[in-house]
Amino acid sequence: MSGPSTYEPKTAFTRWLDRRLPIVRLGYDSFVAYPTPRNLNYWWTFGAMLSLCLVVQIITGVVLAMHYVPHIDMAFASVQRIERDVPFGWLIQNMHAVGASMFFLAVYIHMFRGLYYGSYKAPRELLWILGCVIYLLMVATAFLGYTLPWGQMSFWGATVITNLLGALPLIGEPIKNWLMGGFSVDQPTLNRFFSLHYLLPFVIAGVVALHVWALHEAGQNNPAGVDVKSKADTVPFTPHATMKDLFAMGLFLILFATFIFYMPDALGHADNFIPANPLQTPPEIVPEWYLLPFYAILRAIDFNIGPIDSKLGGVLAMFAAIGVLFILPWLDTSRVRSMRYRPIARQFFLIFVVVCIFLGWCGGQNPGNILAKAGPFSATLEWVEGGTVSQAPIQAAGESQWQEAADTAEAAAREQGATMTAVNRTGASTGSLRTVAGGAVQSRVVTAETVDALETAIGAAKVEVGQAAPFFTVERRLPPTFTVTNLSQVLTLYYFLFFLVILPLLGLREKPGRVPDTIAKPVIDGKAQGAS
Amino acid sequence: MLRALTAAAAVFVLGAGVAFAAGKAEHPHDHAFSFDSPVGSYDMAAVQRGFQVYQQVCASCHSMDHLSYRHLGEQGGPFAAYMVRSHDTGEMEMVVRRPEHGGTFVDVTENPWVRQIASEQTITAVDPNSGQLTDRPGRISDRFRRPFPNEIAARASNGGAYPVDLSVITSARHGGADYIYALLTGYTGESQGLLYENPYFPGHLIAMPPPLGEGVVPYTDPNTPQTVEQYAADVTHFLQWAADPHMEERKRLGIVVLGFLLVLTALLYFAYKQVWRNESH
Repeated sequence: MSGPSTYEPKTAFTRWLDRRLPIVRLGYDSFVAYPTPRNLNYWWTFGAMLSLCLVVQIITGVVLAMHYVPHIDMAFASVQRIERDVPFGWLIQNMHAVGASMFFLAVYIHMFRGLYYGSYKAPRELLWILGCVIYLLMVATAFLGYTLPWGQMSFWGATVITNLLGALPLIGEPIKNWLMGGFSVDQPTLNRFFSLHYLLPFVIAGVVALHVWALHEAGQNNPAGVDVKSKADTVPFTPHATMKDLFAMGLFLILFATFIFYMPDALGHADNFIPANPLQTPPEIVPEWYLLPFYAILRAIDFNIGPIDSKLGGVLAMFAAIGVLFILPWLDTSRVRSMRYRPIARQFFLIFVVVCIFLGWCGGQNPGNILAKAGPFSATLEWVEGGTVSQAPIQAAGESQWQEAADTAEAAAREQGATMTAVNRTGASTGSLRTVAGGAVQSRVVTAETVDALETAIGAAKVEVGQAAPFFTVERRLPPTFTVTNLSQVLTLYYFLFFLVILPLLGLREKPGRVPDTIAKPVIDGKAQGAS
Repeated sequence: MLRALTAAAAVFVLGAGVAFAAGKAEHPHDHAFSFDSPVGSYDMAAVQRGFQVYQQVCASCHSMDHLSYRHLGEQGGPFAAYMVRSHDTGEMEMVVRRPEHGGTFVDVTENPWVRQIASEQTITAVDPNSGQLTDRPGRISDRFRRPFPNEIAARASNGGAYPVDLSVITSARHGGADYIYALLTGYTGESQGLLYENPYFPGHLIAMPPPLGEGVVPYTDPNTPQTVEQYAADVTHFLQWAADPHMEERKRLGIVVLGFLLVLTALLYFAYKQVWRNESH
């Protein structure tokens, strides 16, 4: 793609160097003369931002590591010391924490761009797969890094995720214990997480080098998805792409700085300002926002599938959600790269983006939250007005016979003409039976919008009836509901359908839109054609 | 298709709103604090009063482990001292607030107010001569004095409940400063056994008895009302400062950085347009 090198050393020193280590030539060919399609749009600028993010994370991370103490009793305090006493520590810490979010924001846009314009198709399959490897490493690094401040969410997030691996059959338990360095998240876990968190960014940097290498070998894709035909279709990387990337980077940095200086904690969770406490589970355990879609997929599988229990099913679904990206180049059967010319695929793609966003939303909600229900919550209260109340003890022979004894006593009372009975268990095998003879059975139905409101309404009804009723029987009815988990299931289904069914089948059937001549034909006379 | 999706999304969001469980804590109301806005700063008089409330009320149970007395007198702290020239006498004098203009910051080691605050505390520490634990007056390098030697002692003295550390409390609670203010002013007056009713606390029952009462902390400034609301606002102000002591510096630097980035980005835009002016794309 790049063609033969056009670098000509100008000085005696560069000529000398070029004969021995052609590093200037490598830089020149890769970032100056490298031919860039002239029709790239702003979605193509995120690669540069990602390089920037990696550099920022590594530099700030190295400085933080000089002050951070990976010890369960000191880690939280050491982060506080960085924020309070280290000169500009607050800035470096904010940059690192916000930087992680910015890194993921950019990588998601970069990935969606690749999806939309078919950048994973031949000859860029390896380029795409290397990108997936980078993303996977980023997820691992972010997870490890989130553990280090040793707040409540750090600790419990690490506990939940390491325990998930334990769900894998046979190998799960040993892997889990090996990862934790013991049987729970503790000092050995923190120490090795710190070590790995320092290591992985450099692995990422290495894979990024491969990613860029593959990019320069295959050449950049472009919004039309049509291969570059001649030199006239391209411009040199510098200054054209460089200046555009720098401008886009300026906009990105403005967003970055807005978070760092004005909302440093907006993307984090308040619970991580509470020091880790292994004895107290927080009311909700959620990962950082960028992992929420996968968290929703994990929790969507709340049912057993044959021999696979729900926990393992969730873990497999979560890994499959990332794994499916690796084989995407062979799942999409369309011969057209860019969805600009795939009108139907474009619609499915837009739904896919919305699905991913909503999966993220679901991941942050309590899975039991009710989104829609078929009717109100209701309960029927029954009591007897008038009549005489009597009470008799029930004594069962043993704990296991309790239910039987209670049922017998109740049936006997009913047979003797009791209008209402109630069993009150006081011990393992002892209790009492209250019966009402005579009187009139009354009932009342209460309804409410939530479970809690229903309990309040029941309580209010009991107070209202008051002394007139010796006791009540309450039958609660819950309407069919649609919960966050149900929504996650629908969204998860679409997530996998998109990759495994829609893209393979659609590629075979869809009639692509016509590529305009101005794009299909190379620019010959240099006149302005097409749109930017 | 997109319209249908938007409609579906709206239904879900509305549904989620209805489904919020009522057992959860009441959402705190917005209280107007001077540090709320992107350019807002701390009202240092309020932070000073808040520190007084903390010292005389909260500190009997709550630690603030991540703060040292010296933090009070560092730049951006409530007792930071400055040398300014007096308008009346023309002499240089030391004041305990940031002057409107001019003034040189006095290093915290030279700050008599902070030294005074620290020395009023009794700190138990190892005596360098005998090696035994002894009591001595506090120094500015000391951490805020802990009311209890450890969590077990803290629980034993508080009916099993643990008075949490307040160093980063406004960051560690949803709602931040608004939550703290709402909690301190939200007691209903009812109690169940050793628990006190407070709608802003998750579960509505809190082990902390109402800590503030009218006039419990004597303010020197006669113009500041000595009410529960005023105490709560002041101590919340102090706690916000304690959790985020570099906020003012952060916001100031933010303006500079954003201004620089805006200009730089504008220049980059023109450079980009210049480079591409003769290129079709």
